[in-house]
Amino acid sequence: MPKTTEPVLKREAELRAAFWDQVRSFPDGQKIKNCLQCGTCTGTCPVSYTMDITPRETVALFRAGMLEEILHSRTIWICASCYSCTVRCPQGIRVTDTLYALKRLAMDKKIYPDNFPVYALSRAFVHNLYKYGRNFELGLGAAYFLKTNLMKAFGQAGFGIAMMSRGRLSLRPHTIKKIHEMRAIIDRANELEGV
Amino acid sequence: MEFAYYPGCSLEYTAKPYDQSVREVFRVLGIGLREIEDWNCCGATMYMSVNKLVAFSVSARNLAIAQKMGCDVCAPCSSCYTILRKTNQYVQWDPHAKSRINEALKAANLSYDAQVNVRHPLDILVNDVGVDTIAAKARYRLDGLRVACYYGCQIVRPNADFDDPDDPQTMDKLLAALGAEIVPYPDKVRCCGGMLMTTYEEVAQNLNHNLLRCADENGAEVIATVCPLCQMNLEAYQPQINQRYGSAYKMPVVYFTQLIGLALGIEPAKLGMDSLLVKLANPRLKAKKTAEVTA
Repeated sequence: MPKTTEPVLKREAELRAAFWDQVRSFPDGQKIKNCLQCGTCTGTCPVSYTMDITPRETVALFRAGMLEEILHSRTIWICASCYSCTVRCPQGIRVTDTLYALKRLAMDKKIYPDNFPVYALSRAFVHNLYKYGRNFELGLGAAYFLKTNLMKAFGQAGFGIAMMSRGRLSLRPHTIKKIHEMRAIIDRANELEGV
Repeated sequence: MEFAYYPGCSLEYTAKPYDQSVREVFRVLGIGLREIEDWNCCGATMYMSVNKLVAFSVSARNLAIAQKMGCDVCAPCSSCYTILRKTNQYVQWDPHAKSRINEALKAANLSYDAQVNVRHPLDILVNDVGVDTIAAKARYRLDGLRVACYYGCQIVRPNADFDDPDDPQTMDKLLAALGAEIVPYPDKVRCCGGMLMTTYEEVAQNLNHNLLRCADENGAEVIATVCPLCQMNLEAYQPQINQRYGSAYKMPVVYFTQLIGLALGIEPAKLGMDSLLVKLANPRLKAKKTAEVTA
């Protein structure tokens, strides 16, 4: 074996170990091993048309030792969590939860571009929760668009005004009374996870 | 009948009409709703994809408070509903996870052992109150209002226990009993894209365009929803969708509880009908004869 492939293989082995750890952490996670490659997941997925790797191909690539490619795909970020694949899989595989596992893995390993939309939104959301205990939609939107695409924020102005005039958008965040409780729980959970 | 009410963040503002109409309908039907005191965000789908233990612990704080209240939870938002149920499932499935979640909760002097069931208002109305009881209490009929019943994803999947994941019927039956004409809606469980409207706008617009077209082609004059995110995606982005696809949809998108409220004779303003972006111009409510009214 040529020397140059060694780091690649080592990296793949490390990622796979982390993947199996993730998969073991939810009910029926290991059923992924029973995939028949029938393609029901891809057929039922409302967004597979815009994925670079379809859900079925994800499993095929994994079996071929190409987990790193999967983690770089658009697929894991475009899943909208509709769970169609999960309820229709003839093998009882929790496809959506498996994609979540891949998402978490990609984030752990920092495999995403800097201004990457889903990651930016997730970060803004987590920050919001720690700060207020509830989601602050205007703040979330502002943080998100500042990070990703400022021009898009102006495109949302009409929508914001329409919602606000009907009392459906708040200018101020609501902080829960026992925010200290919430932060204590988050801090402790992070500590337990070794974050 | 009493429930611990978990409105969730969306129902505070963007889905205010949903909150108003759930509270009003439950009040008129005599179902108690006690809001979970100082509840926090359930963590939503996004949180779940970042760090699982944090997500489940945050979500479990609400369930722990509900457990102290001693009643089951009523969660109208589909996303909250799924997340809270998933937390339950996780606590029940994995003793190790349960102890870790409880260790995190201990930081706030709370504990949780999955004693609380999480229910959706549609489930409660159809299975606990009953379609016939609600129909008997209706003071008006939704006379021939052509409704497309849209269930979306997360109340029927992945852990549905009160309706079919492919062809759910509960909302159809309930609104039909109130006099609505339920149009065929083959896309009733197709996804609206959820948060993709923010992250991958063009994809979400395509999904919502399909949903609007399907409702329109089947003759619907209103779409009834069960979820704040579905409602907002379908309603608020119609101008952008029309621009992209050259369509001209002006489809009212309401919460199913708003239609029930109208039938029960609740004032439209109390149901948040004024807060809709696309108004339901002509609900065409015809008063029933008083003799038919039992409540």
